[in-house]
Amino acid sequence: MKTLTATLALIGAVTLALSTTPAHAACPVSNGSVRILGNDFPAIQAVAAGAESCAANAEFSKNLTSEHLAIAVEALTVNPAQYTTQIIANSSIVALLNEGLIRPLDNYIADSDQFFKNTQLISIDGEVMAIAFMANAQHLFYREDILREAGITAPPATYEEVLAAARRIKDLGILEYPVGGTYKAGWNLGEEFVNMYFGYGGELFKSGSAEPNINNSTGEATLAMMQRLALFMNPDFLTHDSNAIQAEFEAGNIALANLWGSRAAAVTDNEGSTPAIAGAIKFAGAPTVGGGDIPATTMWWDGFTVAKNISDEDARATFDALAHGASAEIANANSDAAVWLTDGFQPGPAAGGVLASAEAGARPYPMLPYIGLLHTALGNELVEFMQGRETAKQALRDVEAAYTAAAKEAGFLQ
Amino acid sequence: MPHRAFFWFILPSATAMLLFIALPIGSVAVQSLFVEHPRVIVEVENCGPFGCEIESVVDTEATEALRREKPLGRFNGFGTYINRNHLAFAELGELWRESSGAREFLDAALSLPFYKALSFTLAYTFLVTPLVILLGFMIALAVNALPRLIKGPVIFASLLPFIITPLIGSLVLFWMIDANGILGASLQRLLDAPDLSLKASAGLTWLVLFVYGVWHSAPFAFIVFYAGLQTVPQDTLESAMIDGAGAWSRVWYVVVPHLAPLVVFVALIQLMDNFRVFEPIVGFSASANATSLSWIIFNDLRSEGVQLFGSAAATSMLTLVGVAVLIAPVLARTWRDFQRKG
Repeated sequence: MKTLTATLALIGAVTLALSTTPAHAACPVSNGSVRILGNDFPAIQAVAAGAESCAANAEFSKNLTSEHLAIAVEALTVNPAQYTTQIIANSSIVALLNEGLIRPLDNYIADSDQFFKNTQLISIDGEVMAIAFMANAQHLFYREDILREAGITAPPATYEEVLAAARRIKDLGILEYPVGGTYKAGWNLGEEFVNMYFGYGGELFKSGSAEPNINNSTGEATLAMMQRLALFMNPDFLTHDSNAIQAEFEAGNIALANLWGSRAAAVTDNEGSTPAIAGAIKFAGAPTVGGGDIPATTMWWDGFTVAKNISDEDARATFDALAHGASAEIANANSDAAVWLTDGFQPGPAAGGVLASAEAGARPYPMLPYIGLLHTALGNELVEFMQGRETAKQALRDVEAAYTAAAKEAGFLQ
Repeated sequence: MPHRAFFWFILPSATAMLLFIALPIGSVAVQSLFVEHPRVIVEVENCGPFGCEIESVVDTEATEALRREKPLGRFNGFGTYINRNHLAFAELGELWRESSGAREFLDAALSLPFYKALSFTLAYTFLVTPLVILLGFMIALAVNALPRLIKGPVIFASLLPFIITPLIGSLVLFWMIDANGILGASLQRLLDAPDLSLKASAGLTWLVLFVYGVWHSAPFAFIVFYAGLQTVPQDTLESAMIDGAGAWSRVWYVVVPHLAPLVVFVALIQLMDNFRVFEPIVGFSASANATSLSWIIFNDLRSEGVQLFGSAAATSMLTLVGVAVLIAPVLARTWRDFQRKG
């Protein structure tokens, strides 16, 4: 973790040295309109509130909802766009890029008095299209007390060790189902496949094309590992999402899980659990698998964009307000809410797992135009394999067939 | 009524139906025949917090030019209808050639998304509809026999499941049947089966969804039948009593025939409603074991990054055909009755 922090600091220093003096003080914004669309969780609420405090003299509105993806494309397609910014993640920026709905930010960054680290800039073909303010990843959550009771001193670093630890905990009768997993049919299950497949070193698509590339021995190894883990999970695992796994942890029903970093603060606060359980939950980087050298997880970022179909005045106001919302001041005031990427943020213990995964070289979730279609196909077609009603080969063939039909319809494959 | 008066009389409703029913259906039908233009993909270097990768992006300007020329997309005929994610004719043919028996063929066919969804949708429709009618009728008879004083409160309480939003109702039940929930835990105790899970197996998930469906819709049937019961001719009932008919005979020979048109009405509405089953699948997180036609439409529209409008439109049209086939016998019967009376 130290090397990562040092590298980030170095990059920051170099960028600072190279950047020009800011042209104007941006905050508070006095004219224009700032209209935010975004997901609804504490870190984004903090950013939106920060932007609002900067836009006190301008027209300001926000719509933070977990359903933001359902309206984003339509809302930003109309001219003028209904929202001047959408707060997005590396999966959801694709929808905006596919339709060309956001504008390059390079000029605004050059003029801004806020400092952005190079690592915060999401550049597509050389143009900065979004500014990331937080990182997220699924990584290992474990119960230190239960592992110790089972005679395990260090947290498992590989999935093979996770299986061994689960076996011990179960055999000793400490817990019936020691492992938790966000294996809910649909998006969650698809995400777990991608995590594990990357851990085995797999590539989801044939190089340089939208042809799927999962029906192979790496895919089969991935599914075999997921099935072996599922043997140690509550039989309801195909209905478990992050909320359910958080509750399972807080209830003391599980000892090991690959859970989102954004849940770290929530499982260790004393709400919904006893101090004994909450105090014993610790974090580590995501485990590796099958002798691979990168963690079996994907790295995610959340960041802000500026809509294309708005006036330049509104775009300027939006950028300045959000740059303030995502500043170190806001990050440090909400240090438990996220792993902030902002320069000058001091990470707390809850950020450890995400930072360790990033430092160990975990791959980012791909920003590919057709990734959503494959993700959906994985989430739906792997279910029968997880229930033991299909072979791995059959399941992977089904995924490829479902994806191919959808990708042809969407114009990605001929 | 003279033709002229009739024309002016139905003009407002006809216009509204044209605008709000026929036009949207027409637009969905057209949409289902088209797929998106081929997207122009270019490879670029993307950088972010976790390093740089060479990735594909859509060349939006080139794609936009194609779209401006033909905004509807590429004409695909019935291609979307017969692809793997819908009727899957090619896949079915291949399965038929490869499989050794009818059973193997059926198993494989039912794992195709459309047929998987259709099997649950039909099972739900044909089990829940009669049970709703039966249970609704029984509640109506029971409530009708209550003393006047407590009738009001009982009617209100029996209507509650129907008043609760389906998604909320199913979520509440979903948490109750959890292994840690009050119903799930009690069942484990009662049956002495600590591993019993109502969510894990397909059979039990289906059962839970059926029970939910009956629980949710029975009040609708109840209130319709209860209203009908108030119009049962008392003279006929009394004369039946004088003739020595018991309670069952009176219900069977007097009340049921009197309510028959209402049974047709409830059946019609319930067939249509149940064929569109959707909310409980989301509420019960049941998509691993049970999907429905409406759920597939939802899934096509919610794919992250890309929405499959053609695919969703094709499934919508197939749903419409399904509903038409289902209610055709009921409508035919009503038409015959109408002709006879006319």
